[in-house]
Amino acid sequence: MPLPRLIPCLDVAGGRVVKGVRFRDLRDVGDPVELGAAYSDAGADELVFLDVKATVDGRRTLVELVRRVAERIAIPFTVGGGVRTVRDAEELLGAGADKVAVNSAALARPALVSELAESLGSQAVVVAIDAEGGRVRSRAGTAETGREAVDWAREAEGRGAGEILLTSIDADGTREGYDLELTSAVAAAVGTPVIASGGAGNAHHVADALDVAQAALLASILHEDPDRLATLRGELRRLGVNVRWS
Amino acid sequence: MNVAICEYGAGNLRSVAVAFERLGARLTDDVESADLAVLPGVGSARAAMTGLRVRGHEEALRKRFDDERPILGICLGLQLALDWTEEDGGVAGLALVPGNAERIKEGRVPRMGWAEVGDSGPFYFAHSYAAKTAAATAWSEGLVAEVRHGSFVGVQFHPEKSGVTGARFLAEEMRCLSLA
Repeated sequence: MPLPRLIPCLDVAGGRVVKGVRFRDLRDVGDPVELGAAYSDAGADELVFLDVKATVDGRRTLVELVRRVAERIAIPFTVGGGVRTVRDAEELLGAGADKVAVNSAALARPALVSELAESLGSQAVVVAIDAEGGRVRSRAGTAETGREAVDWAREAEGRGAGEILLTSIDADGTREGYDLELTSAVAAAVGTPVIASGGAGNAHHVADALDVAQAALLASILHEDPDRLATLRGELRRLGVNVRWS
Repeated sequence: MNVAICEYGAGNLRSVAVAFERLGARLTDDVESADLAVLPGVGSARAAMTGLRVRGHEEALRKRFDDERPILGICLGLQLALDWTEEDGGVAGLALVPGNAERIKEGRVPRMGWAEVGDSGPFYFAHSYAAKTAAATAWSEGLVAEVRHGSFVGVQFHPEKSGVTGARFLAEEMRCLSLA
């Protein structure tokens, strides 16, 4: 198996990195290209840029941002937020993204996953799942879907998803560790890589997540600070996690 | 050095272009006469072969290969150079390199992430199929990671996405070509 991956997640809106509570009260905390490049230098294995507003008006800005990131950064990156059609995804990949993440749009119309996989290849299609109590929620966690996370992950894989990005709403923001039970259940249900997300507070949490998942998404634990990523990698190595060394 | 990147449909070709530009290459559309033609790795096999055909790249690549002029295949670009791939229910390739691509049977698929190639790297991989060929020159975790046959060099990993390690690999390939 390839090495376990550490993936910093940058929330963006209007072409800037933003920070807020539950997508509200957004504050501008920097330039996504500069921060992404600094994370890359600090040893990030991949990056995720998540457009937290994902408005139709903001599409141009997002595509332009992807173009700037691709000019500067030579590691893979995923872009999520507002991808509703193959055309949306093609535009982002054409600008230099390697993968797109879909969430609510795929829940509303699961055939979208099949269409994306067919035209872009499975390796470019990440299905993001937000789960609370093992059940899937959509629209940034605000709406029930009536689906079990494990079942939806399995369906997404069957439709050609190349990765499952699994966020536990229960664990998210607690800094008390990833939801290992849910992550293990989903990882056992699918044959694709699984990216664990939500709840990281320290290196032990990340190490535990990488025991059951193939990658860990890192958001608030990094505080938009690339040095924190570098020290975290050192801590993980001391815990026996074989993160990338160069 | 003039580098032509064979476009054949949707996907991230931008990163490959940027990687060569960073190394001082000039990009050209002329697949047949560029110093190096790059067959990148995006999308699915069937769509890619159709895309190559309709854009006239298939012919240009064959001519290059017959004239022993360098071609670099990346990821799916390596697999397209083989006789056949199991992907999409079976697709005939360019048959520049003897061998087939078969679905990966072990571990999580797609095989996604950083892994060593021989004792160098790590490089970034993202693939569900792997080459089976006598032209293999390097492996990663038991899977073919590099093939060399005539003027064709193929890599299963993405040098353009492998940070400084990948840039070093591309620079070395370009250096070898300019000496040749």
